[in-house]
Amino acid sequence: MTTSQTETLDHGPAGGDLPEGKDASRTGRIGDRVFRLASSGSGVLLLAIMAAIAVFLVIQALPALRANTAPFLTEKIWNPNAVPPRFGIAALAFGTVVSSLIALVIATPVAVAVALFISHYAPRRLAATLGYVVDLLAAVPSVVYGLWGAVFLVPLIMDPASWLNRNLAFLPIFNGQPVSSGKSIFTASVVLAIMILPIIAAISREVFLQVPKANEEAALALGATRWEMVRMAVLPFGRPGVISASMLGLGRALGETIAVALIVSASFEIDWNVMMPGGNSIAANIANTFQEAGATGRGALIASGLVLFVITLVVNMAARAVIARRKEYARAGA
Amino acid sequence: MDDTLTHVSAGRKLKDLTAKVLVGAAFGLAVIPLVSVLWMVVKNGLARFDLDFFTHSMRNIGPFDAHGGAYHAILGTLQQVALAALISIPIALLTAIYLVEYGEGGRLARSISFFVDVMTGIPSIVAGLFILAFWVLGLGMSFSGFAGALALSILMMPVVVRSAEEMLRLVPNELREASLALGVPKWRTIVKIVLPTAFTGIVTGVMLAVARVAGETAPLMLTVFFTDSINNSAFSGAQMGLPLFVFDQAGKPNPTAIDRAWTGALTLILIVMLLNLGARLIAWWRRPATSR
Repeated sequence: MTTSQTETLDHGPAGGDLPEGKDASRTGRIGDRVFRLASSGSGVLLLAIMAAIAVFLVIQALPALRANTAPFLTEKIWNPNAVPPRFGIAALAFGTVVSSLIALVIATPVAVAVALFISHYAPRRLAATLGYVVDLLAAVPSVVYGLWGAVFLVPLIMDPASWLNRNLAFLPIFNGQPVSSGKSIFTASVVLAIMILPIIAAISREVFLQVPKANEEAALALGATRWEMVRMAVLPFGRPGVISASMLGLGRALGETIAVALIVSASFEIDWNVMMPGGNSIAANIANTFQEAGATGRGALIASGLVLFVITLVVNMAARAVIARRKEYARAGA
Repeated sequence: MDDTLTHVSAGRKLKDLTAKVLVGAAFGLAVIPLVSVLWMVVKNGLARFDLDFFTHSMRNIGPFDAHGGAYHAILGTLQQVALAALISIPIALLTAIYLVEYGEGGRLARSISFFVDVMTGIPSIVAGLFILAFWVLGLGMSFSGFAGALALSILMMPVVVRSAEEMLRLVPNELREASLALGVPKWRTIVKIVLPTAFTGIVTGVMLAVARVAGETAPLMLTVFFTDSINNSAFSGAQMGLPLFVFDQAGKPNPTAIDRAWTGALTLILIVMLLNLGARLIAWWRRPATSR
């Protein structure tokens, strides 16, 4: 619509009999066409890259998957360089999903509270600065978190881990021999929780700030305390936002590589006791075994990456769908 | 009367207070790891924060030797990130322009917008795997700094598109209309009016995106490979990157390597934080007067 308007505008000066005017309009139109083509071409290129990611991962994974002598989805062993190659995603996918879910359980309540603190409790003038401090958590590179986790957190977490082990042994995930090292899925989950906290907090904060002032003031006018106002006006309004924020955080945790690779002591078993040394994830396994991988090994790692790609794609799309629904609802309400 | 209106029962007061304390405590809890990470990195990183570290590579450094540095890794990171920025900024900026100026909520624009969001969620290791599958295994190119830059640019593009799009939408429509009404072609309106107006916002977004990819390790690992030597060319042969250097040294058991890892981490954090702070300062300094 705008384009047609522009074209009619372009014809304006061309209508006169000034040759310069004619020239200007012609270059304008050619320029417009080139510019439009370049910008839409870039957009299409982005779509092509997304498609190419899926296509090339499949192409390079297929030979290895054909050579595989074990069922890829249920096999726990990762031995693609052996003759004949045997490898499967089961143990890796288990570690990926469990570590990310534990991270989500730890991070979400804290992140929501942090978001509430910044949006509704902290002094107005400090709020922006405090928000920036939380955002800084997201700026720390993952390899630094990994190093910090391996050197500082692994020894530190042994004590609380043995406490959980002693006192909550009736839960299968905390049941097992007293831990001898903190290099476990649980430690990786704690680091993942720290890494996804700023994302969840930032999005939740945005949503909490969008709560209509009228709703909050109505609650306060009815005599609600600040907490009652938050519970009755802010949290219900923000719930879809918080859900999609934590799903985006989950997507990030699922794909995190280096921090997990530096912390877990790679194992290929499915062990519900997350306190035990061991654990692994799809991404961490790629980082740890890529250098020794042969042709089949690389193909196998690409196949595992494809699984990770699909999992994160589903999680992210679901999160976006929740946000999109929320937007429509907000518009309808406004 | 006054009393009935303002009286709040003790139980409700207690709940309110508890919520306040818990929310404040959560913020404290979230800041602890940040302080701890920064403290550990500075404390342990200063041990090797010397001239040797910034002027030497790891060539001919035995597994238990103390010296050696990250010159090769810093050089590699600067080249890779610069190349990634060169590749991704034009594409991302043009895409953002399409979404705001040409797309008009059409089908193509909506699907681009959706997949940009999806692309933001691609794990960094998958970006590395894609370049490995496409560039190295598919096209038969060698591992190189450029391959690393390609992987980084895949991570950078969606971030730049999103922030640039947001900034372009902030440009008042009156400016565009005034320019078009004067007979200026649309593309010149975009280049001369819209882009300059949004310029600082776009720069901020680009700097934040650069800061994000500068710290990425996983995609580099699969695309630039490891080397202990200086490689001045990003286009041929294995090249090191600073995050990769930290990962490599952290995985070695001897304390001198761990020291090098910490100093590498300190250098990396300094680069990333300076970019971050710079971006925020520009945003704050050139913020519109009407901001909240």
